Amino acid sequence: MNRAAIQLTLARTELERDAIDLTKHGSTLSWRVQWAVTLAALVDLVIHLLFSKRTPAVETHSYKLLIYEIIGVSIVLNIAQRFWIPLRSWMRHMCPIFTAAILLLGLWDVVTLGFQLLPLPYFPGPAAVLRSLISDRALLLDSTWHSLALLLSGYSVGVLVGLVSGICIGWSVQIRYWGMPLLKVVGPIPATAWIPLAMVLSPSAFVCAAGLIALAVWFPVTMLTASGISNTRASYLDVARTLGAGRTYLIFRVAIPAAVPNIFIGLFMGLGASFLTLVVAESVGVKSGLGWYVSWAQGWAEYGKVYAAIIIMAAFFSTVMTLLFKVRDHVLVWQKGMIKW
Amino acid sequence: MLGIREIRKSFPSPDDPLTKRLVLDGISFSVAAGELVCLIGPSGCGKSTLLRLIAGLDLADSGELLIGSQPISEPGAERGLVFQDPNLFPWLTVRRNIEAGLVARRVLREKRNEVDQFMRLVGLEAFGGAYPHHLSGGMAQRVALARALINHPKVLLLDEPLGALDAFTRMRMQDEVLRLWENRRTTMLLVTHDIDEAIYMSDRIMIMTQRPGRIDRIITDALPRPRDRSSSDFLRLRSDILELLHFAGDRTDANGG
Repeated sequence: MNRAAIQLTLARTELERDAIDLTKHGSTLSWRVQWAVTLAALVDLVIHLLFSKRTPAVETHSYKLLIYEIIGVSIVLNIAQRFWIPLRSWMRHMCPIFTAAILLLGLWDVVTLGFQLLPLPYFPGPAAVLRSLISDRALLLDSTWHSLALLLSGYSVGVLVGLVSGICIGWSVQIRYWGMPLLKVVGPIPATAWIPLAMVLSPSAFVCAAGLIALAVWFPVTMLTASGISNTRASYLDVARTLGAGRTYLIFRVAIPAAVPNIFIGLFMGLGASFLTLVVAESVGVKSGLGWYVSWAQGWAEYGKVYAAIIIMAAFFSTVMTLLFKVRDHVLVWQKGMIKW
Repeated sequence: MLGIREIRKSFPSPDDPLTKRLVLDGISFSVAAGELVCLIGPSGCGKSTLLRLIAGLDLADSGELLIGSQPISEPGAERGLVFQDPNLFPWLTVRRNIEAGLVARRVLREKRNEVDQFMRLVGLEAFGGAYPHHLSGGMAQRVALARALINHPKVLLLDEPLGALDAFTRMRMQDEVLRLWENRRTTMLLVTHDIDEAIYMSDRIMIMTQRPGRIDRIITDALPRPRDRSSSDFLRLRSDILELLHFAGDRTDANGG
């Protein structure tokens, strides 16, 4: 068979997709798409200038700078996209969502700073939150760092233990007989319900919180791993046995790879549970981290800081989630085009 | 090479788990080294069950299964099995699928050069890095054949390996399997429900009856190779087999109408 022809066949689907992308995204951007972000930012700026006369200049300064930056970046991108097609299709895709986000920022400014429809100090405007974010950046960075350390230790222990117990329960009938009832009874208890017991048992607040996170992660990872392993297609195992495979091969080279799509669902569920447990554990026991920061700022009625921490959490957690998605895409490359989730 | 004596196998009946239903009732035959034998019969006659017993994936209730002089008690690399569904491991590339038997037997290091040889043998040398979901049905089945053959099995068990392919691909793949057989002289036991396939490919055709499965007739007068699907001998043999299987149709009616 002709090698080039074969590779052409394989590459064709990719090429076709690219070709479709080119016809759809390659044309020049319409006037509206080009300037929507810039205009939205200008609207924000006008709103803020109109309403911020009463507030002290220090507070509004950084917010105005942020808007100037958005305007500047949008203009630069607008010029760059004329010469760089990938950027153009990215902009076409992202413009509506950015515009909406920036307009929402303006709406927030109108509702809080402008007409003071929401009671203070619970609902500060975007400028005040930005100011808290900047002024308290050292403590916020430190809190994020502590949260990250706690999350990673708890999550990795939970995943490790969950994988081992899931593989054992999924593979061995005896272990499933004894392990499954335990899993079904203990697993659904929210990890945070163990806080009183964990605080008594653990030598330090960090171990206590990490243990709770590990527990929260362990359950979904075990459950999904076990079901993935025990649902391995019997014919894969049959084929492997006729190829001369022993038990090690059957477990590590057939059952576990076959269970990987399921295992990732467990990893995602566990990650969600770990965020929740992290924030709760930090706000009760640990004296650091973003969860602690939120309750501490709330104690001082500094709601600007509360929102600042929530914004950091959003960025932090979604980055971690995105990283896990990247890992999954890499590991499950063999599924590409088969499954979308 | 392969000796089968008085094999009986029953399964719990699907309607009443307490009663057993006999699936294979005293099957006996043997396959000589290098022979290509077809098992043909209606669905539900236990052909696949018989292959699973020979592969060692299930145990017979009674009877004797011998490979050479060794009794068969568990699956082993000397009996390769190819199913109707290629059952390629979707998480492995074509190359890694073909290597699987070597990895399972922990001989990959010594026999790595054979991987290229077997990829060439089935004409897939350019597809080494492709994943199974990129392959067509015929290509996937070729990978499955290479994966089974790389272990140099004494006997290759083929369970309707071409049953899921379209008619043209199937005819091409029949030639492909014959080429592999002639090239490697591997003993093959092919289960099929396609009469043309059985006539075209085999040295001997064993016809099975339904429930419980018995070997009804063995047709030994194979046509000289290479065979022509449209020759009069081929068609005559075909109509004989159809008659044996009671699918011949009512001749008087056909002539009268």
